[in-house]
Amino acid sequence: MSLTEVEPLLNPLMPATYRVVARRVETDDVVTLSLEPTSGPSLLFRPGQFNMLTAFGVGEVAISISSAPGARGPMEQTVRDVGAVTHALCTAKVGSIVGVRGPFGTDWGVDELDDLEVVIVAGGIGLAPLRGAISYLVDKPGRTGQVYVLVGSREPDQITFPDDLERWERDGAVVKVTVDTGDAQWHGAIGVVTTLLPTVSFDPARTVALVCGPEIMMRFTVRGLADLGVPLGSIRVSLERNMQCGVGWCGHCQLGPLLICRDGPVFAYSEQLERLISERER
Amino acid sequence: MTENIGDLVAEHPLFSGLPTDVAELVGGCSQNVAIATGQLLLEEGEPARSLYLLRRGHVALEVHEPGRVPLVIDRIGPGQAVGWSWMFPPYRWHFDARALEPVGAISVDAECLRAKAEADPAFGYLLMKRIAAVMLDRLQATRVRLLDVYGRDVTH
Amino acid sequence: MLSHMDLSASLIVDRAGLDGLLGALTARGYRTIGPVVRDGAVVHQQVSSTGDLPQGWHDEQAPGHYRLHHDDDPSLFAWAVGPGSPKSEFYPARSLVWRTSSTGDVVTLEQPQQEGAPAALIGSRPCELAAMRVLDRVFAGGEIPDPCYRDRRESSFVVVAECGTPAATCFCTSMGTGPGVEDGYDLALTELASPDGPRYLVRVGSARGAEVIAEMGGSPAQPTDFASRKAVLENAVRRIERKLDAGNVQQLLASNLEHPRWDDVASRCLACGNCTLVCPTCFCGAVSDTTTVDGTVERHRRWDTCFDLAHSLVHTGPVRATTWSRYRQWLTHKLSTWHDQFGTSGCVGCGRCIAWCPVGIDITVEVAAIAASDGAVPVHIESGGDRS
Repeated sequence: MSLTEVEPLLNPLMPATYRVVARRVETDDVVTLSLEPTSGPSLLFRPGQFNMLTAFGVGEVAISISSAPGARGPMEQTVRDVGAVTHALCTAKVGSIVGVRGPFGTDWGVDELDDLEVVIVAGGIGLAPLRGAISYLVDKPGRTGQVYVLVGSREPDQITFPDDLERWERDGAVVKVTVDTGDAQWHGAIGVVTTLLPTVSFDPARTVALVCGPEIMMRFTVRGLADLGVPLGSIRVSLERNMQCGVGWCGHCQLGPLLICRDGPVFAYSEQLERLISERER
Repeated sequence: MTENIGDLVAEHPLFSGLPTDVAELVGGCSQNVAIATGQLLLEEGEPARSLYLLRRGHVALEVHEPGRVPLVIDRIGPGQAVGWSWMFPPYRWHFDARALEPVGAISVDAECLRAKAEADPAFGYLLMKRIAAVMLDRLQATRVRLLDVYGRDVTH
Repeated sequence: MLSHMDLSASLIVDRAGLDGLLGALTARGYRTIGPVVRDGAVVHQQVSSTGDLPQGWHDEQAPGHYRLHHDDDPSLFAWAVGPGSPKSEFYPARSLVWRTSSTGDVVTLEQPQQEGAPAALIGSRPCELAAMRVLDRVFAGGEIPDPCYRDRRESSFVVVAECGTPAATCFCTSMGTGPGVEDGYDLALTELASPDGPRYLVRVGSARGAEVIAEMGGSPAQPTDFASRKAVLENAVRRIERKLDAGNVQQLLASNLEHPRWDDVASRCLACGNCTLVCPTCFCGAVSDTTTVDGTVERHRRWDTCFDLAHSLVHTGPVRATTWSRYRQWLTHKLSTWHDQFGTSGCVGCGRCIAWCPVGIDITVEVAAIAASDGAVPVHIESGGDRS
């Protein structure tokens, strides 16, 4: 499969109407919605991009697209219930209409990674923006580089997409999951996700790492990868700030000189990025 | 009259009870410092260059995350020590440490201390034993905190 | 005879000629928006003749201070800038983005059409023209332009009035945005004093401008008129008091994010956002969705300010929770990171933020204070310790 170019939108502030065709509860506060446009084709996107979902009458929120482009079936969006808009989306009934604007932002660049090993490190809900990228990499015919999927979760029942994790492992990826605290049924690793890094062997010179999760986790993971010899520029992170317009007009998503919606959300790591992330606000 | 820094080291629980020459050895790497309220002794990601022996005032071990007040993961006070990342490569702080009030401490230069430990294995072993005891204590306490024993019981 | 398409034609007209211009623009369907005095300030609204303009008015501006005085000066433009700016014409303070209409199961979104006649801005200042070019980069410089902004901007007619009477708060000379201007307008006016009352040197900057000057009357401009213009501008330059080192400020602020001055200014700043309201380049906007009883949903877009606590909200809370963080964000964006984002400074040196700050914070003073101790950091760890 190939990734098609994304068409620029005529008025990026106008949502298209999509219908919720399916709804899957992932954990006690995470829901995946399957969306189909009410007319016309579904939007084209690249893994890592986000879109703005409108719950009509409530508001709009930035959500990462969690399905793979070109995958069979409707586009999937994974939402965590943390506020009024996400609550409305998480409780949206099948058949209801939502608004979709997008896609926006930079992507993981998965189509450049054919011969490279890819280490994917996901913390908590951070697996959602990576899910489409992982499926793309695992399913792409002719790829030679090994894919490693390292997932950190708070507790075993907070692990998202367990079926995908099994499927990816069956289809050739090395998949490891760790939790902060286990339970009697949990026989897997316990510890923060960085503890999984030394347990997989990859060639740091031929590896690209894709990292997504809370910023603390990303900072520690980047350091862990760098300590293993992965060059900073080979590590890609997905950052998040208050995204509203998606096109660099509203000013909310600034991180110093960067507009996360336009220059990100996916960034190749660098010393400059590290300085920006380390800038302590008060 | 300036106090002898070796005496101050010897007073600190991390080194108390050890022979005087040990305290003097450590003192040779040390200086007396003051940190104002709100300032950071340790900054995540920065080079880890000192061991701090707290004499006065409390320090919060913190992690910063955008959109949150800094998450306090530990509180360290007089008689305790702050900072372990100087011991092993890549010699970089993993957390922030912030003075919660005016802090008086002995700052022990890490490179100096490591060099002396390498040169004098007996001293190095004494140092390691003292430090390991503190670390074990902290690790056990942190493990128990992970149990979240005060959390609401959830019936499945 | 003047050729209609002669872009280098320049005229000298009197006040009647300006009235002729207003008439010509109205006849072509423009709303003529010009300066008037209202509520103790020079503000912009629809004008029909030069009688509406601020003849004899002068502004006195200082940090946290704006006053108008009147005398029998026949000049129409002997004042600097008021609190408003052309920003409101192209990027309204509040606008409808879309509205839903539902029939049964089907939800349709309606996009509002461009309302009203195009605007002819009469008497914009060179710094305001520079501000419009800054906003052009923000709203129309990316891959996709903001269609509402672009349509309003492209359909507008701009008549610049060069500055002869800068205010004490002006520093356009430091930012390279005034007091004169050479392009980017349809017509440019320079008010020249004369014994028979003010005359106006009119320069053409576009085909649209060349097309209307025929209805202004007047006579071709002479070399003496250009010499008078030069004198007016040189006099204005001499009168400008404030300075900002524009060549250095981008790097200066980027490398002084922990400077103690930020604590100092934060202790004074009220986070009221006045500066962002009056600034002709501040563009932050927020949206809000409202529902009516019949179920129609509307999304409105409105000006927002980075001084608002919710501006940097992520789901756990605001990233910039203190005035310290928010003031630092505003000033470093305006003077430093704007360059990284849009390839230009965000500041045009109009001085509005200085005059309209209720506590009189002067960004030229703040920048100078940081420059004076470039590299200063709050004292971290002092040797010597305590003696206890």
